[in-house]
Amino acid sequence: MPVKQIHLAAQLPSVQNTTVWSDPRSESQIEFDSFARLARTAERGKFDFFFLSEGLRLREHKGRFHDLDVVGRPDSLTVLSALAAVTTHLGLAATVNSTFNEPYEVARRLATLDHLSEGRSAWNVVTSWDAFTGENFRRGGFLDEADRYTRAAEFLETARELWDSWQPDHVLADAGAGEFLRAGAGEFAHRGRHFDISGRFNTPRPPQGHPVIIQAGDSPQGREFAASDADVIFSKHSNLEDGRAFYKDVKGRLARYGRDPEDLKIIPSVTYVLGDTAEEAAERAVEIGRAQVGPQTALMLMEALWGRDLSGYDPDGPLPDVDPLPDTVVTKGHTEYRKGREAAVRRWRELAETRGLSIREVVIEVTAKPTFVGTPRQVADSINEFVQTDAADGFIFVPHLTPGGLDDLVDRVVPLLQEMGVHREDYTGPTLRDHLGLKPPRTPGAARNATTGRPAKEIS
Amino acid sequence: MTRLHLSVALDGTGWHPAAWREPGARPADVFKARYWADLVREAERGLLDFVTFEDTLGLQSAAFHLTDDRTDQVRGRLDAVLLAAAIAPLTSHIGLVPTTNVTHTEPFHVASGIASLDFASRGRAGWRPQITSRASDAAHFGRRTTPRLTSEDVLDSELIAKRLRELFGEAREVVEAVRRLWDSWEDDAEIRDAATGRFIDRDKLHYIDFEGEHFSIRGPSITPRPPQGQPLVTVLAHASTPYELAAAGADVVYLTPHSREDTVARLGTLGRALAVVGRPAAEPLKVFADLVVFLDDEPGRAAARKRRLDELDGAEYASDAEIFTGTPGELADLLLDWREVGLDGFRLRPGVLPHDLAAITGGLVPELRRRGVFRSAYEAGTLRGLLGLPRPASRYAPTGATGVTL
Ligand SMILES: Cc1cc2nc3c(=O)[nH]c(=O)nc-3n(C[C@H](O)[C@H](O)[C@H](O)COP(=O)(O)O)c2cc1C
Repeated sequence: MPVKQIHLAAQLPSVQNTTVWSDPRSESQIEFDSFARLARTAERGKFDFFFLSEGLRLREHKGRFHDLDVVGRPDSLTVLSALAAVTTHLGLAATVNSTFNEPYEVARRLATLDHLSEGRSAWNVVTSWDAFTGENFRRGGFLDEADRYTRAAEFLETARELWDSWQPDHVLADAGAGEFLRAGAGEFAHRGRHFDISGRFNTPRPPQGHPVIIQAGDSPQGREFAASDADVIFSKHSNLEDGRAFYKDVKGRLARYGRDPEDLKIIPSVTYVLGDTAEEAAERAVEIGRAQVGPQTALMLMEALWGRDLSGYDPDGPLPDVDPLPDTVVTKGHTEYRKGREAAVRRWRELAETRGLSIREVVIEVTAKPTFVGTPRQVADSINEFVQTDAADGFIFVPHLTPGGLDDLVDRVVPLLQEMGVHREDYTGPTLRDHLGLKPPRTPGAARNATTGRPAKEIS
Repeated sequence: MTRLHLSVALDGTGWHPAAWREPGARPADVFKARYWADLVREAERGLLDFVTFEDTLGLQSAAFHLTDDRTDQVRGRLDAVLLAAAIAPLTSHIGLVPTTNVTHTEPFHVASGIASLDFASRGRAGWRPQITSRASDAAHFGRRTTPRLTSEDVLDSELIAKRLRELFGEAREVVEAVRRLWDSWEDDAEIRDAATGRFIDRDKLHYIDFEGEHFSIRGPSITPRPPQGQPLVTVLAHASTPYELAAAGADVVYLTPHSREDTVARLGTLGRALAVVGRPAAEPLKVFADLVVFLDDEPGRAAARKRRLDELDGAEYASDAEIFTGTPGELADLLLDWREVGLDGFRLRPGVLPHDLAAITGGLVPELRRRGVFRSAYEAGTLRGLLGLPRPASRYAPTGATGVTL
């Protein structure tokens, strides 16, 4: 069996607590130079794409702005459009929410990025729906949690209809004949539960047909959404066993939609630490973990999980005996701590007990443990093992430093992966679909299944 | 003599609907970054203050309030903010001013989009908020209806303004909310204080708590205060209500006078709007006049070219702005004549691209420079700086904090 090619991607270290902003080498998280530097490094490493996250309301902890992590980021589509000018092959992936936007605008902005980059755009469809974020929008927060994916699915379906409303040959620009476009180009009508819109879309079909679609969401509904309609699923399963289980589960859902296993790439987000020797790497990992989780951050993350004020506890002491308040939310604008809190607390307590860890040590272990630690050779081997044993199709690397944090990976690990024949020496095509080895999107005008809206040929 | 400010309005292959059929036009490239980069770099070679990018939420049409099915004119657009962002790293001094819709687009997204453009261009972003009343645009969103313009309305800009008063009022709220979002982070909010573990000083981030008649927004912005503090806000206005929008919220207004006398009359109306909204004298509004231009060195040639284009299109080209045909020297005469009554600059809409843009940078600009009214090098690194506007302090900063002139 031929070896699988690994899909490498990178994310700008941003508002997560894994970003170390206190290091003297850490530069601006907002100046364009930082983005350009990281993107160019990723392109030097022949990565598939560069990824930016999104959050539409600043996080708050105990009723005040969260001040311990990086705060502030640009609009992802705007900065990615600028990056299109300073890169030539790298895919450009924007996270854009489907609740606080409308399909017409998102479809045209993504089509624009695809035109500007000549076929390198991707859209990470995220589904935050909370009223807290809704306060920043004139249309407000108007969704029940249960509806987040019905809206997202209809949103994406509508965007696809808009991209399909122009066929590839609809722009004629024939000066002699005096025909600029084909009559009727852009006509669309969508009548659904969430959107009832019609008219003419005003941006021609994107060079990729449709931008690459990424899904980030872990619930069964999220997985189903990805299986039915996404090209990439972005997960957080970053140990081998969880990764394999997730991989099997998600790939297993594809057949139902008439899709092949290679139509959906599973690309978890991961962190890494390199050293010249295994010992040095392990030492660096400890240092970095302590920088990622300062004493205040340890208490803050514990309070978020416990749902109560625990500021009186010593971060270097044992976990508190008091029970969490499962229904109280002290951290807003952060999706991770809404569900499964009691199980998480049990896990923290077990960790603390079996390994004699302090509060801060537990928090480092659960929030900041790097996925890959070792020499470049060891890390290259683990990356490859993950992929060849079907725990992932590739990774989104999240460095801990901006903007130099990707340098050692690209300089020291990528060449080894290339030597092993599992990562390209150079790009073989111009578009992100080419890099990911994806089929072209459905053809406009193809007959659709009446109930699912998907092309009929994919169902049969 | 004080210097003139000059900008160019980019749209498709130029403002004449048949421009795309001219030899030298690049109609097959209008959806490519390269095409726009070439145009903006040409404008930058001419040391222009800024370029604007048109945008709409629907297909272009011959009549601005109606849709049509024509296939013989340029149709289709790229999102103007993203287009401007893609040009930012390829240019270094010229201002980039995209149009966005403010009737259907979320103000919060506009604020972070323009702020992000300001970061990507290192302080060269501007913004042109624009309302839309087209029913076809509203149908693309399916969330609201907007007032309809009749065929009589569109003949008279005061009638249009009256019919759309509500939308202009809403636009004023959008501009106010966006400006508050840009100020919602004080300049020194990011502290990176390793000793206390704090990245930001949370007392320097502010809810904007905007409560208008049409919407409310909590804030703060997700994007830090942009390099210019307040990117340049520019408004195209044809009548009293939009003049009030400009007077209340803009740094630059584009008027559409048809003669020197008409310029005087419009400046009078604008003056009343400034008084109505109570704009402080310390915050002058820069006044530009818009002109569509067809330029050729040989006398008579530009007019003949325009006639030929009109024939191709099957109608005489009409515009809200005055249409000038002539030589660069004649245009320089006109600009200097009109500006005497109180204009700060002009926004020229090239009839045909790249022809009339090249005539501006290669003909008009050297002519103005010979007359001592145009720069021979960029004198500032930001767009506000080029226009002689200070960098304002955040409205939320403690009093005593002052703006800096760039
Ligand atoms: C790896 C990962 C990355 C995510 N990134 C973002 C993001 O950048 N912005 C955002 O608003 N939501 C983000 N989300 C949230 C998801 O879009 C989704 O709203 C959330 O996970 C809840 O859906 P679920 O119940 O299916 O998991 C992310 C989720 C995951 C798992």
